[in-house]
Amino acid sequence: MIRVILPPHLRNLAHIEGEVRVEVKGQATQRSVLDALEASYPMLRGTIRDHVTQKRRALLRFYACQEDLSNEPPDAPLPNAVQNGEESFLIIAAVAGG
Amino acid sequence: MSGVRVLVGTRKGAFILTSDGKRERRDVKGPKFGGWEIYNLNASPADPNRIYVSQSSGFFGQIIQRSDDGGKSWYQPGLKPGEPTTSPAGMPLAESNKFVYDTSSTTGRPLTTHQWFDGTQHPWEFKRVWHLQPSLTDPDTVYAGVEDAALFRTTDGGKSWSELASLRGHPSGAEWAPGAGGMCLHTILLDPTNPKRIYTAISAAGAFRSDDGGGQWKPINRGLHSKFIPKPDAEVGHCVHKITLHPSRPNILFMQKHWDVMRSNDAGESWQEVSGNLPTDFGFPIAVHAHEPETIYVVPIKSDAEHYPPEGRLRVYRSRTGGNDWEALTKGLPQRDCYVDVLRDAMTVDPLDPCGIYFGTTGGQVYASVDDGDSWNPIVRDLPPVVSVEAQTLP
Repeated sequence: MIRVILPPHLRNLAHIEGEVRVEVKGQATQRSVLDALEASYPMLRGTIRDHVTQKRRALLRFYACQEDLSNEPPDAPLPNAVQNGEESFLIIAAVAGG
Repeated sequence: MSGVRVLVGTRKGAFILTSDGKRERRDVKGPKFGGWEIYNLNASPADPNRIYVSQSSGFFGQIIQRSDDGGKSWYQPGLKPGEPTTSPAGMPLAESNKFVYDTSSTTGRPLTTHQWFDGTQHPWEFKRVWHLQPSLTDPDTVYAGVEDAALFRTTDGGKSWSELASLRGHPSGAEWAPGAGGMCLHTILLDPTNPKRIYTAISAAGAFRSDDGGGQWKPINRGLHSKFIPKPDAEVGHCVHKITLHPSRPNILFMQKHWDVMRSNDAGESWQEVSGNLPTDFGFPIAVHAHEPETIYVVPIKSDAEHYPPEGRLRVYRSRTGGNDWEALTKGLPQRDCYVDVLRDAMTVDPLDPCGIYFGTTGGQVYASVDDGDSWNPIVRDLPPVVSVEAQTLP
């Protein structure tokens, strides 16, 4: 079970509170976690990754274990602490004013 | 008619202002979708409880919201709360925010390029929905004008959207260029007397008309003159800010261009300037009185470099002659130290008698007049910057 933390706007959109847990078969990667997340909450499709290119939206970042994973390959395994549920996979909206 | 709902889109959420038929007191509900940019919310003329919202964000992209109960509750089409969100096979049941240019060889057009700010060619990239225009007769059919400029349509209540690709695929597409706000399709007018006729306007390409329900498009910009483009009388490339029509005379169009207020008496085949005695003919919105087809309203803005009213005085200008002769309407509007803007989708009318006129400002005020514009009152004063204002009458 992979723990995912979403930014507030996306939690509101998906009608969820707190952390999300998604089931991923095999080794968890950014792609497999986001696939599982979007399967459970299809209203999030297109909000984290572009519908067509599947690229991360420019102003969102992916963090885990105090590391910025945003530019890691989408099929690279996530850190072990995320794989075993000790740490969350964080989807963060870039800090901005206004 | 029992009342009026004024639908207000702002930079930080949506607001619904409801009043009875006298329009003396307003109930203000909102913000809905707080923190999101609401470029437009618009109601179906065929079902007053059906409202569609364009909700977008630089962070999260485009969302479409829908209400079936007049704005009391909302959902993303295809994803009603409490209903399954996936098929038994685990596939998403709806893709209401999926706006993908149609590049199929049978129904679409290749994803070509358009002119970019630096003069190079740039591929079309979807950014957001600027305007939603529900069908005049079917609550499930809605047109969406998007950035980068294209026209989409849903016929299933917003669950899925398809591009009417021949507009973007027009041979002139490579010459279209973004204005300062982006290359947006912001105006969609449906002819109430001819269901096959659709007008659109794009900044900065110009106006287009289809006479076959969106299958083919024709630029309708003859008579427009734009000094700031290489060929001032070009067929396309004009920065049209807004077009409007009166339902009783849909062949007569009024346009607020980047500079110039224009009029067409022949469904856009030709245009004549009617700026007349306006203090400046730069501006964004234009509206036509609900019962007087020759009475039109604009809000002059100082210039394309200074987006605020001349002399710091907020004035609506009214022409009762279809243009050329204009009078300033100032009663109830700030006449000193006012430096707000009124954006292209932020002015509208209601069809009650007398006609109601509404506009919102980038300062967060929404003003209303129930006496043809002779006097104005703020319905609300301190909203986030107002992007769009639509009015619907309630049965």
